Amino acid sequence: MSADLLKTPLHALHLELGAKMMAFAGYDMPVNYPGGILAEHRHCRDFASLFDVSHMGQLQLRGDDAAHALETLVPVDVVDLPVGKQRYALFTNASGGILDDLMITRRADHLFLVVNAACKEADTRHLHTHIGHRCHIVPLPDRALLALQGPQAVTALSRLNADVAGLTFMTGGDFKLVDVDCLVTRSGYTGEDGFEISVPASHAEALARALLRQPEVKPAGLGARDTLRLEAGLCLYGHDINETTTPVEAGLTWAIQKVRRPGGARAGGYPGAAAIERQLASGPTIKRVGLTGLERIPVREGAQIFDAQGRKLGHVTSGTLGPTVFEPVAMAYLAANHAIAHHEVYADVRGKRLPMRVAPMPFTPHRYHR
Amino acid sequence: MTTMFTPDHEWINIEDHEAAVVGITLHAQDALGDVVFVDLPEVGRSYAKGEIAGVVESVKAAADIYMPVSGEVVEVNEALRANPSLANSDPMGNGWFFKVHVTKMAEFEQLMDPPAYDALLKTL
Repeated sequence: MSADLLKTPLHALHLELGAKMMAFAGYDMPVNYPGGILAEHRHCRDFASLFDVSHMGQLQLRGDDAAHALETLVPVDVVDLPVGKQRYALFTNASGGILDDLMITRRADHLFLVVNAACKEADTRHLHTHIGHRCHIVPLPDRALLALQGPQAVTALSRLNADVAGLTFMTGGDFKLVDVDCLVTRSGYTGEDGFEISVPASHAEALARALLRQPEVKPAGLGARDTLRLEAGLCLYGHDINETTTPVEAGLTWAIQKVRRPGGARAGGYPGAAAIERQLASGPTIKRVGLTGLERIPVREGAQIFDAQGRKLGHVTSGTLGPTVFEPVAMAYLAANHAIAHHEVYADVRGKRLPMRVAPMPFTPHRYHR
Repeated sequence: MTTMFTPDHEWINIEDHEAAVVGITLHAQDALGDVVFVDLPEVGRSYAKGEIAGVVESVKAAADIYMPVSGEVVEVNEALRANPSLANSDPMGNGWFFKVHVTKMAEFEQLMDPPAYDALLKTL
């Protein structure tokens, strides 16, 4: 391991569990444990899996003006978000591109944000630059973040605190787990029911061990997290979305509530609003789509996509063999006139043209507890 | 010595030099993780040493398979094509990739013997 990599509070536990480690966003993180990615992926779909996502950025925005201030950076309704509710959001830039995607939870006296590990420093600077004068920005480096995901996650976590079963998808609150107050939200990045738990770093290992003692729970690494989120049709920042793709091109317009769209009470007022509103009105020229392979050969990030006549249509941004669906699945940006369900396209893989079909996402149905 | 190793973590067993068996090592399969697809070379085609002769793909990555020695491919492992996880469960046995007719014994002899390959693994 490179000496300058950061460690999460669960680093020693990962090593004890025999994890294969790799550098990710400056952290030494588990890719998988001895069972391997496929087994971890399937375990999460059938039972419950524990992921360490403590590398992600957690922060609070405090002050009466915090929600209004944050709305100047995201095309999302934050002001009307009720206490205890969570919402997906995007930081946009002046051309409508995406600087990061994040989760916002409204607490009684602050907003709780979770941002991507690779973006957390830039995001924090961005917040300070633009809204630092309107609210207090409080990074939470002393908190770990655990994700417990899978259809039996609620059974396992309920044994530590029965009250968590009362949460529904995209809600959260304070719950005592292993004798410490944790912020638990019913959300995740796998398409399954599950929870994300913000826990003081001092208690992270005790909580992880308590969860791993539950018969339903096994550890899973970032490898399975990636295949699970891809099957669930969820974007990975830096791959499926980035500063050159807009929320409209990425098919994330559902994240822009009516109140922030033209005609809404708080329309616009965020970076890139003009570009995004133009695309909302006239449609984007490229669109993110799902693709499934008709041959059992994985089609990966970077593969070029062509039509039957050999004209280039776009490129793949994420792809693998989906362990649950057991066929190649990918996300790609295609010219909008080809982004039509069941349309056949061809991926260039090592000089061969592999037939693929534009497919609705998610590739595996979401099973959230609504 | 009948089995030698390459720096690319492949092995070749030359008990039958008209059909020397080639596969990936235990270390290679462990580094790749769950193998989900293999692309095998063309039977009857001759490849130069070091030429790309196939691909092995896991859930997380794709890796090229190189010809450890020059020669004509005489057989490929159809069982591996049908069940790529053999490369994980039995990489030195039933998970072999292809067989090659070795014509340049000197190329074989220049590869790493087991102690040399073990020494390489210790540096990783």
